[in-house]
Amino acid sequence: MKADTADTSVIEVVYESDLKNVEAAEEIVQRVCTSLGFDEEEQHKIGMAVHESMINAIWHGNKNDPEKHVWLQFRIFDDRFEIRIRDQGAGFDISGIPHPLEPENLLKVSGRGIFLIRSFMDDFQVSRLPEGGTEVTMVKLRQPHTDPNQGGLHREHEGHNTPS
Amino acid sequence: MSMKATTRQVNEVTVVDLSGRITLGEGCSQLRDLIRDLIAKGHKKMLLNLAEVTYIDSSGIGELVSGFTAVSNAGGQLKLLNLTKKVHDLLQITKLLTVFDVYEDEATAIAKF
Repeated sequence: MKADTADTSVIEVVYESDLKNVEAAEEIVQRVCTSLGFDEEEQHKIGMAVHESMINAIWHGNKNDPEKHVWLQFRIFDDRFEIRIRDQGAGFDISGIPHPLEPENLLKVSGRGIFLIRSFMDDFQVSRLPEGGTEVTMVKLRQPHTDPNQGGLHREHEGHNTPS
Repeated sequence: MSMKATTRQVNEVTVVDLSGRITLGEGCSQLRDLIRDLIAKGHKKMLLNLAEVTYIDSSGIGELVSGFTAVSNAGGQLKLLNLTKKVHDLLQITKLLTVFDVYEDEATAIAKF
């Protein structure tokens, strides 16, 4: 989305393709969001974006195949919180998903997950990986006053707002 | 916490008190089975009380829509009661507040059937 500023921390977790791991991922993102100073509403939005993306990866991407894995990575920058979720599925065409707010789609049972992620995050990108699988990258911008605190999620910044 | 549901009858209206998480998997399938079962037993006026629903995802929203359609197709009505702020916001951004009848008071909701 933009040039990297100081990269303060990277956290990565690997999950088996099991829906029970969606809640586990939510708990982790909740803790990270708290440590980053996001308020409750923002935490819910970020948590829901992770929830929907994990379901897409496990259920739609990996088809619940226990042999396949999902990688969840958090990257914490001074100005943004970046979340990447990678699966080993065949991928999907994001442009082929009908817009859920169109009148003819309003009563459809599915098709709202990507819309919610886009609504809740500041940036959302999907890419196919050369080795196979799909990676989504979601970004939430951080307010200047929200500094990381305890919990081993960061190291001391060398400077503030220093262009790289 | 998975979803829990209890039903009670108020006059001709079946009130379904839901709690917990309505998400892809168990929560959604429980809700789907419950609504289909109520329809099969002839219950055509349903009021879903979402006051204790702590979390709902896009699949859960889809399940509410599916229930609404199923009850409507059976000649009945499905209305929603006591949305939490999070659920209300989700229905708002998905434009589903234009689809569902939503109430904050049970007696008022029941009177509208």
